Amino acid sequence: MSARRIFAQPARYGAIAPYLWMVLFFLVPFGFVLKISLSQTAIAQPPYLPVFDFSEGWTAIKAAFAQLSADNFRLLISDSLYISSYLRSLAVAITSTLILLLIGYPIAYGMARLPQRWQAIAMMLVIVPFWTSFLIRIYAWINILQHDGLLNKILLALHLVSSPVVWLSTDTAMYLGIVYSYLPFMILPLYATLSKMDPSLLEAAADLGSSPRQAFWLVTFPLSLPGVGAGALLCFIPIVGEFVIPDLLAGSGSMMIGQTLWLEFFTNKDWPVAAAAAVALLVLLVPPLLLYDRLQRRTLEGGR
Amino acid sequence: MAQRVGRISPFNITALALGMAFLYLPIVILIIYSFNASRLVTVWGGWSLRWYHEFFNDRAMLDAAWMSLRVAAVSATIATLLGTLAAVGLVRGERFKGRALFSGMLYAPLVMPEVISGLSLLLLFVALNAERGFWTVTIAHTTLTMCFVTVVVQSRLASLDRSLEEAAMDLGCNPVQAFLRVTLPLILPAIAAGWMLAFTLSLDDVVIASFTTGPGSATLPIRIYSEVRLGVKPEINAICTMVIALIAVLIVIASLASKLSSSQGESAAPP
Repeated sequence: MSARRIFAQPARYGAIAPYLWMVLFFLVPFGFVLKISLSQTAIAQPPYLPVFDFSEGWTAIKAAFAQLSADNFRLLISDSLYISSYLRSLAVAITSTLILLLIGYPIAYGMARLPQRWQAIAMMLVIVPFWTSFLIRIYAWINILQHDGLLNKILLALHLVSSPVVWLSTDTAMYLGIVYSYLPFMILPLYATLSKMDPSLLEAAADLGSSPRQAFWLVTFPLSLPGVGAGALLCFIPIVGEFVIPDLLAGSGSMMIGQTLWLEFFTNKDWPVAAAAAVALLVLLVPPLLLYDRLQRRTLEGGR
Repeated sequence: MAQRVGRISPFNITALALGMAFLYLPIVILIIYSFNASRLVTVWGGWSLRWYHEFFNDRAMLDAAWMSLRVAAVSATIATLLGTLAAVGLVRGERFKGRALFSGMLYAPLVMPEVISGLSLLLLFVALNAERGFWTVTIAHTTLTMCFVTVVVQSRLASLDRSLEEAAMDLGCNPVQAFLRVTLPLILPAIAAGWMLAFTLSLDDVVIASFTTGPGSATLPIRIYSEVRLGVKPEINAICTMVIALIAVLIVIASLASKLSSSQGESAAPP
């Protein structure tokens, strides 16, 4: 038996603890979400029915099972509040991802063309905001965007507007907040693919008569598509379920699904409907999640 | 020819400069206004430490800050332990049953919307009849942050030369000794970086903490969040500035550690 094989065995045993942890605190909870999404709201503690009590024997459990129903899901597809918040979530996520690509790509491209020493610094500068609190960064924008905030002051001083513009509680502010928060997630995977690209490919394209613009669209861009995909998924998936940014920056007119779920749970105390909304959100996210899992595995494990 | 192709254009420079300004200006403005003497956040009244003073006299805020620091420290430590074990299992464990499920469970929380993670954990805690407070938030944060630790340690471990461990074992180490004496010192900087990432992520989270905490044990982000919903308050600027300062110190330590890590990796690699 090779040393490699002998090493593998304790490495696997070591993974038992994190494995069990993730099963208990990541996988099992989804079972509860599913079960409660099929329950009914009740004025009780916990606020749903039926409650499974395994000490009461089989017949009680069977009776509890019989009480489960898909009513909450029927509500989700019949009530326009839920449908419109799903559609809004999708629209916001798609629009934001496109804006992020448009802004992130030139930045990542610029980074990849910097001299080697500067690249490390630029990368650091992009990562640092990712470490700084996300809530703080949204709050920083509220400072700037408020009625007598810096942005309105500058616009007034430059005589670009005659009276203060309402920025807060608008979709513009929300998109600004989303793009600001997720920009590092877009730049980093793009930069990772762009910086690995062999410069001799561009030289070959130039030797064969391409202009730099043609070379970009015929060589660089197609080769950077894996990075585009990774960055887009890394932004799209969490944005669909985003809660804090639309809650603080967008108006109260229409809600994203994360806000609807929050409202049902914390304000209306309707746990079963909140759970059903979570299940539906998860179903919506399964295809992009699977795609992301495949990409992640390919980059981290080298296609093993 | 290569000169012309590799050259950085004015367009590249502009994109970079604008991008960096966009990322940093709001934070700089926030920090400057935290030293503003005026109660009106938008009027400049001269430099002052008034709002820092206010924070240190705000009992509820201080309690929340203390709760957050404790949750962050404990959850980051457990997450680092579990995340490192998971990374070693994934990279060095070869093939094993349930490996795809394992890596899926570790990658999914990285992008999973926080409302789903928070809700599902809360429902688990309610079903288990667990009292909600410090430990439930800590467990929730551990579950999220250990995935980030796994990714950080995993990428370091994957770039490490396997023959080092094999050599140690040829020289008579058993696998555990080989890991503790050879592998662990080499990945230690990545582990440290993973701990700090876990710490800052925990210190930042509003959504998962809101779901999993109990009455009377709000974390700092929960309190900041409820204040921010009511509008801008200079005291919040001061708190945010202190959190940024704390994180900046951690980043400097982490980047020194990773620099150490990469130089060690180079010297350990065969020529």
